[in-house]
Amino acid sequence: MTSTAEDAATERVQSGTQAGTPESYDVEPVNRRDQQQPLYAPKKKIYPKRAEGAYRRLKWIIMAVTLGIYYVTPWIRWDRGEFAPDQAVLIDLMNRRFYFFFIEIWPQEFYYVAGMLVMAGIGLFLVTSSVGRAWCGYTCPQTVWTDLFIWVERLIEGDRNKRMRLDKQPYGPSKIAKRTAKHAIWLLIAVATGGAWIFYFADAPTLFVELFTGEAAVVAYGTVAVLTFTTYTLGGHMREQICIYMCPWPRVQGAMLDENSLTVTYNDWRGEPRSRHQKQAEKEGKIVGDCIDCNACVAVCPTGIDIRDGQQLECITCALCIDACDEMMDKVGRPRGLISYATLNDYNANMRLSQDADGRIDPRRSHAPDGSIAPEAQHTSWRSIIRPRTMIYFAVWALIGLTMVFHVATRDRLDLNILHDRNPRFVVLSDGNVRNGYTVKVLNMMPEPRTVRLTIEGVPGAVITTPGAADDPKDALFLDVDADKLRSQRVFVQTDPAEVAESPATIRFLVQDIFGSESAVYESNFVSTGDR
Amino acid sequence: MSDKKEVDDITGVETTGHEWDGIKELNTPLPRWWVWIFYATIVFSIGYMIYYPAVPLINDATKGVGGYSSRGELHEAMDEARAERAGLLEQIEATPVTEIPNDAELMRFATAGGSSAFKVYCSQCHGSGAQGAVGGYPNLNDDAWIWGGDLEAIYWTIAHGVRYDADPNSRFAMMPAFGADQILGREEITQLAHYVRSLSGLEHDAAQASAAAESFEINCASCHGAEGEGIPELGSPNIADAIWLYGGETDEIAAQIYNPQHGVMPSWVDRLGESTVKQLTVYVHSLGGGQ
Repeated sequence: MTSTAEDAATERVQSGTQAGTPESYDVEPVNRRDQQQPLYAPKKKIYPKRAEGAYRRLKWIIMAVTLGIYYVTPWIRWDRGEFAPDQAVLIDLMNRRFYFFFIEIWPQEFYYVAGMLVMAGIGLFLVTSSVGRAWCGYTCPQTVWTDLFIWVERLIEGDRNKRMRLDKQPYGPSKIAKRTAKHAIWLLIAVATGGAWIFYFADAPTLFVELFTGEAAVVAYGTVAVLTFTTYTLGGHMREQICIYMCPWPRVQGAMLDENSLTVTYNDWRGEPRSRHQKQAEKEGKIVGDCIDCNACVAVCPTGIDIRDGQQLECITCALCIDACDEMMDKVGRPRGLISYATLNDYNANMRLSQDADGRIDPRRSHAPDGSIAPEAQHTSWRSIIRPRTMIYFAVWALIGLTMVFHVATRDRLDLNILHDRNPRFVVLSDGNVRNGYTVKVLNMMPEPRTVRLTIEGVPGAVITTPGAADDPKDALFLDVDADKLRSQRVFVQTDPAEVAESPATIRFLVQDIFGSESAVYESNFVSTGDR
Repeated sequence: MSDKKEVDDITGVETTGHEWDGIKELNTPLPRWWVWIFYATIVFSIGYMIYYPAVPLINDATKGVGGYSSRGELHEAMDEARAERAGLLEQIEATPVTEIPNDAELMRFATAGGSSAFKVYCSQCHGSGAQGAVGGYPNLNDDAWIWGGDLEAIYWTIAHGVRYDADPNSRFAMMPAFGADQILGREEITQLAHYVRSLSGLEHDAAQASAAAESFEINCASCHGAEGEGIPELGSPNIADAIWLYGGETDEIAAQIYNPQHGVMPSWVDRLGESTVKQLTVYVHSLGGGQ
């Protein structure tokens, strides 16, 4: 690479305009290595040019889908009856409940969330090891919102060259108008972003009205303000700086790639030696590769790098350089894919094919005489995704997912917890009977009120009483539990100690929904002798 | 650090000239905005030090212009909690103790308040679980009440205490020292002890017990009842049940007849006020033995 880069540099010096060649861009990567670095680097403003092509279209679709999910989800309604909120996705922090369509999660069921996070982690391993940093390039909120902000910028100020000109212009009515409009729309998007976020935590239609009438909670306005600030700053001004300097994922994901992972690759085995003046060079008998050194790949790059320098941390694999390069290759009538998704293995094989005995790239070795790519060259396809490593990731990911689905489908919606009094452990009554105290906690996790029947087993002759005067001993206790609530009830169990064979004896508490089949059991102790 | 710029062969990046055991540091500069944020945090910290207590001095520390102190914050939180409770406390004050259980919210609050007051003022004698102790400290969980176990009786006992001289309304009962004052002989007292054990069906010497039947009727039944069932109005305990304040062995009972011990409980209403005593009452009543 180093030697070809030097060759390219010398060729760049000889550049001159020539009719018939496609336009080229006066642009430099922001991270050029051969430049002397200052102690603190000033931010270089990047003016990404609009790209057209399959990947750009895919990115528009993903942007529409992800933003759509984000903004629309809180407004979806889901009927749960009169005792639970009708918002499909709701994080009810006040009552400590999380609603997701037909699933309702209590705080003690947080392991579902932990399971989802584990799935997200393994999912990231799976995606990264198969198709590289696709998360960064397509779905990361930083990428999606930055893309949206750049789209707005382009709409108002025009594409790359117009924006650069506008930046250099002195402030006049037109520039002020454009800048005001751009920042106003950015702020509007930012407010909407923060606004949509809080709808996940309260009833969306109610909160929407309250936001405008000034009745919403201070924390709601505060959250909107903070998210407005971060969205506007990160999407409008910081952009690639977040990816390059602040985000840990580029580092983490870099470690997950292997030689079979798809990465956005500049195929220098067919592109070098690059030349801006192909026809003239050919006339002079020079050997030239497919790269016409038009810098289109650099001009469209949202992080402002040159993919031709190889894989680098700054590359978020958004694939816009592939679109830009393919467009150029079409124009000059050369095969597409000079920049393409490729695995390191295929790249290395092609490089070996292309190198001569001295290790120099000879494009004639990788091309057929008519300029098309030689049939011996490796073409990376989606098949590279299927390999043991990714299959294991997928299997583990799917296993966790299926286990959670099974668990959610079969979980109990009635739960029972018993706390045995420890001080005193037992009380001797005036008739010589022994009494133990318990705190019974019945959890009704259904969004409707229920009545349960509490009974005990395992202690002969035991009867139940509750605190309060004139309470007759009972064999069973009927407890009303509110919808989606925990009912805590003190109960006493008493019996003749002569009938209890051992101390502590095992006592089983049972609750049964009187109208349903659901029941729950809890084993505790009954103490009748020893230290109080 | 050398003045000569050195470029790393592999990465093509300039080094800083720093070297540790052959490992050289590449010069990867921080972005300038990051440095500005660093400066901003320094400026923030200066403002913070002026506003909040920060700089330690020899005996003290700077107070800060904001007047913040963690103790002040505690006072604020306590005032807030007090304000929240104020309505409920007044309500308890105004509600007769027997009516508190009819109001679920008031009852919950009173029981919780009683529980914490109990731990501060009562647990020293009655135990943290109100389980009492042998030797004169009654267990408040059980269903045996010397002075009565309904809400009103418990309230009066807590409010005015037992054998507490300073309070004229205090509960008062005194059992004669049958042995020490030479009312009964040692032998008679032992026989009485056997008789008392027979009342609750404990193991005893039948001959000795029956010998004391007459003596019990003359000396004991007037206060403890013909069957030893006790009379709460007089503060005489039930001696026919399974609960013994000073122990239920023959010699323990005999000792109590010979020269009885009498526990004392202070009166609380003047120290704690109506509302706290009511809270204590419903708490004790809820422990399981309340009548």
